[in-house]
Amino acid sequence: MKILRYPFREKDVRALRAGDEVSISGVLFTGRDKFHKAFADGCGVECDFRDAALYHCGPVVVRTGGGEWKVLAAGPTTSVRENPYEPAFIAASGVRVIIGKGGMDSRTLEALARCGAVYVQATGGAAALYAKAVKRVAGVMRLEEFGAAEACWRFEVEDFRGIVAMDSHGRSLFDTVRIGAKKALDRLF
Amino acid sequence: MRKKEIIETLAALVAETSSKLPDDVAGALRRAKRREEPGSPAAAVLATILGNCSLAAKNTTPLCQDTGTLTFFVSSSLRRIVTREAVEDAVALATERGALRRNCIDSVTGVSRDANSGGGFPVVHYTDDGFPAGEGDVALLLKGGGSENMSRQYSLPDETLGAGRDLDGVRRCVLDAAFKAQGFGCAPGILGVAVGGDRALGYETAKLQLLRPVGSRSPDRALAAMEKRLVEEINSLGIGPMGLGGRTTVLDVKIAGLSRLPASFFVTVAYMCWALRRRSVHIGGGRRAWK
Repeated sequence: MKILRYPFREKDVRALRAGDEVSISGVLFTGRDKFHKAFADGCGVECDFRDAALYHCGPVVVRTGGGEWKVLAAGPTTSVRENPYEPAFIAASGVRVIIGKGGMDSRTLEALARCGAVYVQATGGAAALYAKAVKRVAGVMRLEEFGAAEACWRFEVEDFRGIVAMDSHGRSLFDTVRIGAKKALDRLF
Repeated sequence: MRKKEIIETLAALVAETSSKLPDDVAGALRRAKRREEPGSPAAAVLATILGNCSLAAKNTTPLCQDTGTLTFFVSSSLRRIVTREAVEDAVALATERGALRRNCIDSVTGVSRDANSGGGFPVVHYTDDGFPAGEGDVALLLKGGGSENMSRQYSLPDETLGAGRDLDGVRRCVLDAAFKAQGFGCAPGILGVAVGGDRALGYETAKLQLLRPVGSRSPDRALAAMEKRLVEEINSLGIGPMGLGGRTTVLDVKIAGLSRLPASFFVTVAYMCWALRRRSVHIGGGRRAWK
């Protein structure tokens, strides 16, 4: 198990290899479709992503009786929809860790290598476990405009686990698996 | 039961379904974990899934944040008690309590329908299953969008797949669907397949197969053999849990045969993620019982 603690430094992130299991603690922002589009359109989402993590996630968040936010479910959403936006986001924001599911395309893989970042695969559907890793909701942006599932939440997480699926050295586990599966498929046809 | 009790019962059904995996699915996931190489990404993913399910069940919180399309199957004998209005009220109540995400968007305006109702949602089917009036079952299936996006329909013959209008053509379509889904639909998945029908009946029937318990085989011998063969062949592709490689790409494949027109031959594959959430409750004699 590799350990990452906020602020996530470039040299620590570059030391990670595809296939490593990683435990992440520190600042994590959620951002999915509306967030990426807004960022690309230049109507900036004002927060400091430098050396933090961005999580493709639409959580279930409720207000408790005391008026505090409580995260009930926070699993990953499919990342491919953000392919058009992610390379520019990585370059402009200084984010070090992208977390999601299903992987991203070669443009993102190239941006990870150029900027010193990794893509971590969270387990799809494991929403209760990831909600438990959220120790504090430190803020939310664009809640009214985007809705709770699409808003940019700032979470402080402890021992959030995933698998490095795309590293900063041009290696993607998804590509390896797809190539192997295609060969196996051809034998069955 | 009075109206208020019916709404409470249905809201409890939603919360139970959203937070607890059925035993057959959980059992299949535990067996899958034992098959994977210790220390592999596949084993880590399955351990995460199992840990997540225990936690969600213990706290009665959604086991996946995509609480999905809600499809209710109601005995027609309950039609006057379990009305569409009662179902919608229960869904709104369950949403307020955090059992469901606000997950229903007006496709034209882009505005969230915060009570999770309207524009066809939730889906309610009344089925004739022979119960006397006032007594019957309410079953609920929750299916998330990531897996729904991986469902496909083929029209045979399909030259690119070398798929003709026979069972081997069906086999090629299902293999292609599993390959194209990779880990995107949250593998290990459960595939519901319909052979024939018109396009709409194909999708409906394929989805209905997801109500069959994992491990059960079709009563049709040829289809049962094909189900078994496809489980083995898909798992030999090595896509694995969440597409990170491994021995378990599907937990099961279910196939149903339908009639078709001479001109059409559709093969429909409903991809269901590992989080196959289904549950039912029996209502009768003023009481309710979980099934």
